[in-house]
Amino acid sequence: MKKFGFEISKGRQLNFDEMKPDKVEKLLELVPSYKLCIGCGGCTAACSAAGFTDYNFRKIHTAFFRAQYEGLDEQLKRCMLCGKCLLVCPRGVNTRSLIINMRRILNNVDPVTWRPQRELKSKNEGGSNE
Amino acid sequence: MNSDSFHLFVIPFVAGVFFLLVFSVWKYWRWIKKFDKLQRAKIRKNIWTWRFLPAIWEAFREGLLHWRITKKNLLLGYMHRSLAFGWFLLIVVGAVQAKLAFPDGHPLWIAIFFNYFEPSYSIDFPKAEFFANLMDVLLIYVLSGLFLAMFKKVWSRPLGMKRTTRHTLMDRVAKLALWCIFPFRLLSEAATSSLYGNGGFMTRGLGNVLSSMGVADPAFEMSCWTLYSIALGTFFCLMPFSRYMHIFTEVFLIYFRQLGVKDSDKKTGYTMFELSACSRCGICIDGCPMNRELGIVNMQGVYMLQSVRNLELQKNAEPIAENCLMCDRCVADCPVNLDLSIIRRQVRIKNKKDIDKGGYGYLRNIQPFNSIGRVAYFGGCMSHLTPGISRSMETIFNAVGQKYWYMDKNETICCGRPLLQQGFENQAFELRRKNTEMIVNSKATMLITSCPICYQSFKKEYKLSIPVMHHTEYINMLIESGKLKLRKDDRRVTYHDPCELGRGCGIYDQPRNVLRATTTLLKTKEEREHSLCCGFNLGNPTLDLEQQTAIRNAARDNLMAPKPDTIATACPMCKKAFQHADNIPVKDIAEIVAENIIK
Repeated sequence: MKKFGFEISKGRQLNFDEMKPDKVEKLLELVPSYKLCIGCGGCTAACSAAGFTDYNFRKIHTAFFRAQYEGLDEQLKRCMLCGKCLLVCPRGVNTRSLIINMRRILNNVDPVTWRPQRELKSKNEGGSNE
Repeated sequence: MNSDSFHLFVIPFVAGVFFLLVFSVWKYWRWIKKFDKLQRAKIRKNIWTWRFLPAIWEAFREGLLHWRITKKNLLLGYMHRSLAFGWFLLIVVGAVQAKLAFPDGHPLWIAIFFNYFEPSYSIDFPKAEFFANLMDVLLIYVLSGLFLAMFKKVWSRPLGMKRTTRHTLMDRVAKLALWCIFPFRLLSEAATSSLYGNGGFMTRGLGNVLSSMGVADPAFEMSCWTLYSIALGTFFCLMPFSRYMHIFTEVFLIYFRQLGVKDSDKKTGYTMFELSACSRCGICIDGCPMNRELGIVNMQGVYMLQSVRNLELQKNAEPIAENCLMCDRCVADCPVNLDLSIIRRQVRIKNKKDIDKGGYGYLRNIQPFNSIGRVAYFGGCMSHLTPGISRSMETIFNAVGQKYWYMDKNETICCGRPLLQQGFENQAFELRRKNTEMIVNSKATMLITSCPICYQSFKKEYKLSIPVMHHTEYINMLIESGKLKLRKDDRRVTYHDPCELGRGCGIYDQPRNVLRATTTLLKTKEEREHSLCCGFNLGNPTLDLEQQTAIRNAARDNLMAPKPDTIATACPMCKKAFQHADNIPVKDIAEIVAENIIK
């Protein structure tokens, strides 16, 4: 089929019963300054990687906050960690720490010993069984 | 002579020496085998040159005289020197003394326990009296250092240290053994003297006191010598597992460094030498901005090395490596010149190896500008947030008629250093490869950058064939060659040394020369190698804004002390950090120069 440059957007409804917010909780624990975020999008406007692609940091961290984790790691790999977002943030959110920690939570890397861990995964499975 | 040339009490000492020798040789052999290819090639290339001469001088100056510590604090230097150089002289003079007394050769322990085996000058050798007195003087020298060391444990401030290291149990036991050695030596020599009247002025005096107290007794003498021997043996046995391994390791490290061996991004045998060469003196703790402003005292160089050394013991110690500004202040302070930041980066690289995958396919389509005969100007990511710097640089290029190519005017590719600092080695490599390709294909003659982070990256991590300059270097070159004419205004400025430019690349004088040409430059209390980090360094991802601000404020207070009109710096990041610190204008050197060009 030919692509026309637009498509029917997917449903954005969130089902709170199916949400697994354990990763979000972990992130807020590791980067408490994220609680200050007002979603202004300054980070996206300043972003170097956004100059080349549709990489949109505000979209990514909002999706993470809503526990929609699919495809986020692939997106975050494009970040060059240059730190411009950190300097423009009007709320003082530690955006670089946010990126590193999102990546390590998405990849199940232990936040203390930096080794791949199993506990987080098994907790997820336990959650889904309930 | 006391019966013959052997007694049972020498066994702990001999066993200790034997163990130390065998164990160290085995350990060093294992480390040398773990050197990587590049390091081996360096050694093979330089081993048959005269480089061992400067190495011997440096080993003497640093290992025995402790010159760098003396420069920090006289008393602290005296303490280290008296213990190291004093003990060394005791051994050397003792060996000479034994050689004179027994010209036909003697077992090893005779030199160490000389007064026991040679109690009555029975064999008359030349200058026996002189040697006995000399040995006493040397012992007093060592004991004075020991006294200072004990004093430092109670109150370290007079020795120039606000904080001292928190040692492990093994280090404490080894230290206790070391501290016992010299008092026991004095006591045993005095005990022998109380029976036979030998020794120098001090031992004989103490011997007289002992005999007047009525303890002149062969059994007492024997127990003293046994304790001395046990103290020596214990110390030698504990040495390979404690901080005192630095005594020998430092000599090897100095030699390898003179041969041109450098640390790589992976833990190699050379890193093992560096880990052991750390004497855990704790000098790195006082200067660290994390300690000074935030009171965090578990992550400084000494503790980081400890955590790497005992990785098997302390699994939780890995976050220590993450919590650091990488401002290199500890590297500048370290008396052993250890490259602490590179070792820290090795740990970070190891930590990140599971998530170190980049997705930079989107960079593929960027094409360089054909710039034959031009210089390439790389503003750096941060300069886009401080556009005054890049605008001033363009003004300067136009003023001297230099054609340039502003590499990252619209499309910014990061230099890769922020990623590498965090341990993302492969991702940083991808960015480096793209930038190298751009620069090589553009055929530019020179690369000028405004950001010290990029500058260090281009200078040290890239392998570019064209010269790389920071803009302060470039402007200084233009002024010296007379191409750029500047007027002098009446501003009084203080200059903030960016960490990456100063300690990272050793650029201290060029920015100052430029500032002197245009303004009046004031001195600050802590500058050059001892400059303070602005706190916004990209090295530490864990600090929050308040903590960064606290570090920044300390640096600002240092700059504001001489009451300047303007704060000058050479780094967009530092400029951004100080911009909102006070009402004072903060300018980059390029901006100050651009304002003062005579057309």
